[in-house]
Amino acid sequence: MARHPLCGAAAIVGLGITPQGKVYGNSPLGFAVDAVRLALEDAGLERTDLDGLLLNPGLAWNDLGMGSFQLQQAMGLRDLRLSATMGLGGATACAMIQHAAQAIAAGLCTTVACVFSDAPLKPPAPDGERSSSASAYGFVRGWEAAYGYFGVNAMYALVARRHMIRYGTAQDHLGAVAVAQRRWANLNPQAQLHGQPLALADYHQSRWVVEPFHLFDCCLVSNGGLAVIVTAREHARDHRKPPVYVRGMAQGHLGGDPLDTLASGALLTRGPALAMAGITLPDVDVVELYDCYTFTVIVSLEDYGYCAKGEGGPFVAEQVTGPGGRLAVNTGGGQLSSFYMWGMTPVSEAVIQLRGEGGRRQVPKHDVALVSGNGGVLSTHATLVLAREDA
Amino acid sequence: VSAYTKPLPQMTPEMRPFWETARRHQLVVQRCRSCATPRFPARDICSRCLSREAEWTPVVGRGVVFSWATMHQVYHPGFADEVPYAVVVVALEEGVRLISNLIDCPLGDVRAGMPVEVVFDDVTPEVSLPKFRPRSDR
Repeated sequence: MARHPLCGAAAIVGLGITPQGKVYGNSPLGFAVDAVRLALEDAGLERTDLDGLLLNPGLAWNDLGMGSFQLQQAMGLRDLRLSATMGLGGATACAMIQHAAQAIAAGLCTTVACVFSDAPLKPPAPDGERSSSASAYGFVRGWEAAYGYFGVNAMYALVARRHMIRYGTAQDHLGAVAVAQRRWANLNPQAQLHGQPLALADYHQSRWVVEPFHLFDCCLVSNGGLAVIVTAREHARDHRKPPVYVRGMAQGHLGGDPLDTLASGALLTRGPALAMAGITLPDVDVVELYDCYTFTVIVSLEDYGYCAKGEGGPFVAEQVTGPGGRLAVNTGGGQLSSFYMWGMTPVSEAVIQLRGEGGRRQVPKHDVALVSGNGGVLSTHATLVLAREDA
Repeated sequence: VSAYTKPLPQMTPEMRPFWETARRHQLVVQRCRSCATPRFPARDICSRCLSREAEWTPVVGRGVVFSWATMHQVYHPGFADEVPYAVVVVALEEGVRLISNLIDCPLGDVRAGMPVEVVFDDVTPEVSLPKFRPRSDR
């Protein structure tokens, strides 16, 4: 079968991660600049080498000062041939890399920075009120606020409850994801919750946020920035670090009501993305799934075909996805336990693993990674297959 | 009489007929004039046939609990004394779903598929919120 023209046509050659978490005193734009600078350094590139810039501004989306052209101005970048501010929620990170690779493969540009940054956490107030992620993601939803329906947690909780009703997914299953990822985080010194062991009993004792979600079912909220540099295959090996090739890609946006579908667009993307990469699921060594909630991991494992639909709960309950398990999933601790840069967290961990820079959490065989992004409430989805070799 | 401290529904042009009818203790949903598909909340366009013609039509106010989430975190001070409370998705017999709350139903009794019927909570002189209570004629 002829190779797809996009298979391996571009590679990630630079990764920049700013300090993450309760990091104050920097703006979303400032974090973005820092992330791009770090990614260029990592690649051994100069600003003048960039001719493309894609930005996901997170919750700063409505900030008129935060777009790809403002970032261009802030960094003094000249003569770009690709620029966009993108908003597909948690699917944006993978989608930015896809669009970068497509533009590069088409010869429209050569080297693109894909950037996420956000600073939703405010410093603790003088009156001692603690910095709250609830204030960032607990927004009022129009008329539904009259019923006390607030925030993203509740939107997902309704869908997770429905999955429990329909498939018998249990609280222990959600907890198993939290426990497995915390075990990974405890092998990752950069993880925000490193050094904080979590047993299933601890999970059950943690406070409820919106039932069926305990505190540890919900991702962290982080200030910070993260950027990757994508360049053409022809130049992929000219950099400081080994290249991570973009071998396969697909987007899939289901539409409809997530309360009915109870599924992610992984259903639509798994076939084309794996086919483009020239692999099948057993060829994947490390899986980095978008994990805004434990629930999202269960749904994604089902929809990528690691288990039957509805069997995601029992699948993770066997602790197969943690360190030493047969399927390495979210090996840095993920957004639940490491840091939350929307979909850039799974992308960055895939790059780290494929480069072999994982330290104590490095998976032994690390040739191929499957990466997902998911946004809205199971509304947008993008998949990348990243690999050490271009074919 | 203490003032009502919870958020009141925004009176958007699209949703105003819903709240005005609720004030008279009647539950209505939007229905496409072209293909008769019911929808809620109100939208300008029917996602099935793309028609812009719609009307508000009464529904009997009977349905079942389709899903629920139990709110433990206080996102608004008006709910500080209320937590934990359940936000429910009610699937009406007519085929649309509403976000609402249950009354006369302890949290531990909430079940998927539980039959419920509408009841109107007159929270202010101007606003009545359609809520639901368990139905015994199951």
